[in-house]
Amino acid sequence: MSAANPALPANWNLPDRGVVGIACFIVAESALFIIFVVGYLYYAGKSLTGPYPDQVLKTPVMATVCLLSSSATIVLAEHALHKVRIAAFRLWWTLTVLLGLSFLIQTALDWHELIFKDHLTIASNVFGSTFYGLVGLHATHVTVGLIFLSIVLCSSLAGFPIATGTRRIRFLSWYWHFVDVVWVIVFLVVYVIGK
Amino acid sequence: MPPLDYQIEQPPAGEPVSSERLYLWIATTDHKRLGIMYVVSALVFFILARLQALTMRLQLAIPMNGLVPPDVYNRLFTMHGTSMVFLVGMPLLAGFANYLVPLMLGARDMAFPRLNAFGFWVFIFGGLLLYYSYLGGGGLYGAGSAPDVGWFAYAPLTERPFSPGSSTDYWVLGIMLAGFGSLASAINIVATTISLRCAGMTLSQIPLFVWMMLVDSWLIMIALPPLNAAQIMLLLDRHLGAHFFDTQASGSALLWQHFFWIFGHPEVYILIFPAFGCVSEVIPVFSRKPIFGRQAMVAAVIAIGFISTSVWAHHMFAVGMTSISNAFFAASTMLVAIPTGIKIFNWVATMYGGKLRFDLPMLFACAFLFQFLVAGLTGIMLSVAPFNWQLHDSYFVVAHFHFTLIGGFVFGMFAGICYWFPKVTGKMLDERLGKLHFWLFAIGFNVTFLPMHILGFLGMPRRIYTYQPGRGWELTNMIATAGAFIQAIAIALMAWNIVRSLRRGDVAGDDPWDAWTLEWTTSSPPPEYNFETIPVVRSSRPLWDLKHPQDPDWQYE
Repeated sequence: MSAANPALPANWNLPDRGVVGIACFIVAESALFIIFVVGYLYYAGKSLTGPYPDQVLKTPVMATVCLLSSSATIVLAEHALHKVRIAAFRLWWTLTVLLGLSFLIQTALDWHELIFKDHLTIASNVFGSTFYGLVGLHATHVTVGLIFLSIVLCSSLAGFPIATGTRRIRFLSWYWHFVDVVWVIVFLVVYVIGK
Repeated sequence: MPPLDYQIEQPPAGEPVSSERLYLWIATTDHKRLGIMYVVSALVFFILARLQALTMRLQLAIPMNGLVPPDVYNRLFTMHGTSMVFLVGMPLLAGFANYLVPLMLGARDMAFPRLNAFGFWVFIFGGLLLYYSYLGGGGLYGAGSAPDVGWFAYAPLTERPFSPGSSTDYWVLGIMLAGFGSLASAINIVATTISLRCAGMTLSQIPLFVWMMLVDSWLIMIALPPLNAAQIMLLLDRHLGAHFFDTQASGSALLWQHFFWIFGHPEVYILIFPAFGCVSEVIPVFSRKPIFGRQAMVAAVIAIGFISTSVWAHHMFAVGMTSISNAFFAASTMLVAIPTGIKIFNWVATMYGGKLRFDLPMLFACAFLFQFLVAGLTGIMLSVAPFNWQLHDSYFVVAHFHFTLIGGFVFGMFAGICYWFPKVTGKMLDERLGKLHFWLFAIGFNVTFLPMHILGFLGMPRRIYTYQPGRGWELTNMIATAGAFIQAIAIALMAWNIVRSLRRGDVAGDDPWDAWTLEWTTSSPPPEYNFETIPVVRSSRPLWDLKHPQDPDWQYE
């Protein structure tokens, strides 16, 4: 049998390290959120004093619509970038940022009402603690996502050749989709099951 | 590609002066330098945590001893446990993985070198933050110094009223930072293993050490974030008045235990897997046989990786769970013994009929086999819930987990240190000093911790700072303290051996052990780029194939 060193295998292609890295990051983030969700469900209905969820929580329909549609606009932006239509990319990307921002603003208004009208704070009862903990953790992730989205927007408007960074923009959009999926779960847990 | 309009800075000729050398270490993103820094800082924290342990053993040597007051003793065991797990175990495994995984895979660096450097620096600042608590833990109230809540920080002891001052906050923040470092390493290890393997190396051909680290990283990714989540809740409790673990406002102290052990139990597997990896590399090379049952080894480690996520509440049999929970967690805990048993049998089968060479790494690996077996057997005893009720929080438990963590983890890692020291430094460890270190450490370890099993049967509880005379605990405690000092001498010998061998050790050469994995094909220490040409691999023992072109492994695999 031939003893020669085996030849280099043809087509030695391994997955993109960025894809693996961002997938791992999302796994770790999911583990973080799962604990907060479990905490929320565990304490549901255990508050000793009011205010209780069914008295004060209003389903945030508009905010949810905004955040979920931002997932669609970011896909359209990516699509435009793929076809190197930079103007369309900037349009869809700006829309994504605005939708995300409006989600945050609506959350802030909701919280303002909860705190000053309904007197539900993080220190009121375990409902307050778990509500602000879980929704706040998600809002923190939206904020971080918005910062990154804005950096991309500013770079693009400043004339940075954004089409060279499609790979990184894909990872950013995955993160954004992840934040959206988490919101669906948070929505179900807080406003459907926990109410 | 347009020509570069700037010059790449050339390093000046000749030996770099010391400030430049310092800069090379601080600004590095090279996986080998980061690996060395991880291991060295882990060894420094190891010595600190050992000194804490020695102080505790001195205090317990005789009954009614007044060497340290109770509050100081509480800080000692908290800092000892926290340091050993988060500042010794985690960086040691991160260091080993950083150094070895790219070399074993024929890669030039980790997948994300800058993330890697970030991970190291947040780990080191997390460690410094934890130790700064000795100075700043009193906080504005001037109450307390270092954390004194145990390494598991059970609620509601950690709540504001019971833990004033800032010590618990230092515990939370220090561990959280160190945890981010571990997460960065874990993501890096997975991405490197999946994406940067050299041409021809399939997942079924990567060395077992890399397999163990791959599953290890999976556990880090799913186990550390739950701890961070619980710590965030605790911080919200302490600083914003939330009620997650506040038992007076229907918060649950039990929930903290669940959250902590959802992290805490996978954590002990996170610590033992790298030791499995080292032993799986050492035993075949020093038995001159390929590992027995490679596929079974990989399957077993994956099985442990999954089962270990569903056993956490066996730490909580004594808190009064339902009998169904007790039965479930007892059964799942016993289930872990099956894949672990497979591993032990495979290592022994690898040695069976081999041409054994008892060099330093092999000695540590053999001691690992015996001691880890004892640890596993006491683990099965403790998984039986009624037995556990008898011995929960006794010295039997202390003996059990020190057998896993020292007898298993530390001995396995020492096998690794002795095995790869020539590769990392280019010098051989002194064999005579090394054997002295091994025997003293093995004897000292067993003299310390074997009697603790008996202390547990005799009813001595954990975490007590002293005890009354006349309970039959005096002699055993004295023996354990003597053993601790024998271990201390052994560790000092090890440090001396490392320093001495670095200065005056024999030159190692590329492949002193006649080994089979890729890290031994390059020079010792490896150049910054690891390999001049990226190797091509067709079997799980690529260096064997190179050495024996007439009879390569890939003909049979």
